Amino acid sequence: MTIRHHRAVGALAAASALALTLTACGSGSDGGDAAETVSPEDVSAALEEGGDLLVWAWEPTLDQVVKDFEAEYPNVNVELANVGTGNDHYVALQNAISAGSGVPDVSQMEYYALPQFSIGESLADLAPFGASELDSTYSPGPWGAVTSGEAVYGLPMDSGPMALFYNAKTFEEAGVEVPATWDEFADAAKKINESDPNAYITADNGDAGFATSMIWQAGGHPFAVDGTDVTVDLGDEGSARFAEMWQGLLDDDLVANVPAWSDEWFQGLGSGEIAALVTGAWMPANLESGAAPASGDWRVAPMPQWTEGENATAENGGSALSITEASDKKALAYGFLEYANAGDGVATRLEGGNFPATLADLNDEAFLAEESEYFGGQKINEVLSASATGVVPGWQYLPYQVYANSVFPDTAGQAYTGSTSLADGLGAWQESIVKYGNEQGFTVGE
Amino acid sequence: MTNVLMTAPTVRPRKSPPRLRNRRTSHARPTRSILLTVLTALIGLYALIPLVWLLINATKTQPDLFSSFGLWFSGDFALWDNIVGVLTYDGGVFGRWFLNTLLYVVVGAGGATLLALLGGYGLAKFNFPGKRAVFAVVIGAVAVPGTALAVPTFLMFANLGLTNTPWSVIIPSLISPFGLYLMWTFAADAVPDEIMEAARIDGASEARTFFQVCLPMMAPGIVTVLLFTVVATWNNYFLPLIMLRDPDWYPLTLGLNAWNAQATTAGGEAIFNLVIAGSLLTILPLIVAFLLLQRYWQSGLAAGSVKE
Repeated sequence: MTIRHHRAVGALAAASALALTLTACGSGSDGGDAAETVSPEDVSAALEEGGDLLVWAWEPTLDQVVKDFEAEYPNVNVELANVGTGNDHYVALQNAISAGSGVPDVSQMEYYALPQFSIGESLADLAPFGASELDSTYSPGPWGAVTSGEAVYGLPMDSGPMALFYNAKTFEEAGVEVPATWDEFADAAKKINESDPNAYITADNGDAGFATSMIWQAGGHPFAVDGTDVTVDLGDEGSARFAEMWQGLLDDDLVANVPAWSDEWFQGLGSGEIAALVTGAWMPANLESGAAPASGDWRVAPMPQWTEGENATAENGGSALSITEASDKKALAYGFLEYANAGDGVATRLEGGNFPATLADLNDEAFLAEESEYFGGQKINEVLSASATGVVPGWQYLPYQVYANSVFPDTAGQAYTGSTSLADGLGAWQESIVKYGNEQGFTVGE
Repeated sequence: MTNVLMTAPTVRPRKSPPRLRNRRTSHARPTRSILLTVLTALIGLYALIPLVWLLINATKTQPDLFSSFGLWFSGDFALWDNIVGVLTYDGGVFGRWFLNTLLYVVVGAGGATLLALLGGYGLAKFNFPGKRAVFAVVIGAVAVPGTALAVPTFLMFANLGLTNTPWSVIIPSLISPFGLYLMWTFAADAVPDEIMEAARIDGASEARTFFQVCLPMMAPGIVTVLLFTVVATWNNYFLPLIMLRDPDWYPLTLGLNAWNAQATTAGGEAIFNLVIAGSLLTILPLIVAFLLLQRYWQSGLAAGSVKE
């Protein structure tokens, strides 16, 4: 999961992505060219026969998975290349696809970026390989993100059901209870800032991933996609709910205007001056290595609710492994995907600190009982796992979300500096999304 | 003929007298503007603070980086540990990136300098039809930002099947319109036509005139162009970013960025201490190159300022 934006580059990638999308749409290949079913025997035959696989991914735990995989299938040689994280990766992939050379067989795909490549028919449909039968293997959030109708465009690697990560020490010093609702969250924000003017309940400088996740949890469905017909409504009930609540915090300067992943951000997390984060379940490993000074102070609580007593959450981040349409070793590649994301590789990645997308692991007694030293011995997986079951269904990302996110700071992001309201900012974002989509040949309605 | 060859070294403006003279004149003129001094000091500070920051923070451990004041030492002095960490992390891939960068610089920047030298000399000293058109193209090329050429260059190299090979970084680096222009104007000024004619009359071939007569006179210009191209190639980020996919061929810039980005991924280990120490190691060769080459560069800038 990455939230870092290389905006200019991202826009470039998105532009070329869309150019490609439309050539693909125009060629009239409407999915009817799906290959005939590939049996598990074909996959194991391919694994026995072996060959070279090129995998583009930045996920650190894959290193060990690849080693184990090669040990199990000695004829297969997997080359794992980190071509960049997040946007850099998509630019590289888009460039390779446009150029028609150097395309990897397997690519890591964040859930928000996946539709952009699947609608451009750059990713192979894995249903003919039997991937559809894995629907009960994964939790609904990530599974929904990799499927589109009957098609399956990847196997979920990790997931990011959201929770409230908070610094218990700062909360205690400010005399604040852990907020269970967003109203309580706003009260807590006020108290924390009053008790220490340098302390903020959280940091946000206008992050598209966070905003969309919040709208998701609030029950919004701002993006509806049906083929090349797209509807954008960033003024729907959920979006308005989020905008109104967050606007209150921005108006009173209760949110630190610090970009995520910056030095200042890590420093704030380590010192307790950024007292909480509402983010994906993958966060613990990052806190441990990036905010080591606060070890023992952090805790995890359920995501604050709009209505008290509910368990409505959203996903933030997480990624899948997909097979590119250009790969000529799809059966072999599927063998790797199955190993890494449904088979033995899952345990290896969990050991490396990944948060699972697989139901069996989410409900595994040992996994739930794990105590985290960083979190003061708390059994954090109980909270995070519970969040995975509460993900509000039916969310869709735009087929050009990478581009949309790259222009978020120029539109909605302006609200974070106080030059416009968040509601108006979301309106400006919508305008720019609609305009861009129509220019790219989608039929975008509001 | 030998006579002519003997004159060449005396023209070479590489001895230090001009500098001494400069120092003397500045002593002779004691008028100092306080405003200018303060301004220069501020700008100097502005330029140096990032370096100081880098130096100080390369000595800190990962936790100390975020818990201590950025512009002073604190906690454990971990410079040595960090350097060892940089050199050994991820199977010592930093060394590989260093060698890659060196390869790109030696072949790319060295080749660019050579081509600029040959081209600049030819354009300055020989007349041929279309010279003005070449001039226009070169000036135009200086004006086009490299970023604008990125996508076409990438597609061209992809069609040639050269992406993801060292060639895709080296070949574009070989072309330096600015270097060519600099060599051109430098050769026009620094190499008097009369000396070339004298050499020719004495029976020297064109090659000999170039290598033995003109080349030494152009040394300051060559060093200047070399310095520019070395810095540009050493720091080049965008070209390798779009061309290279195999971390084994990354230059230092891409490698360090990959390490930095690692912290922003799920489950990624934050290694900012190694990124900072690695950055320090990365700029050291450039500093050395500047210190070694700057005196040639200075005399190069002074060339033509003295009426002969």
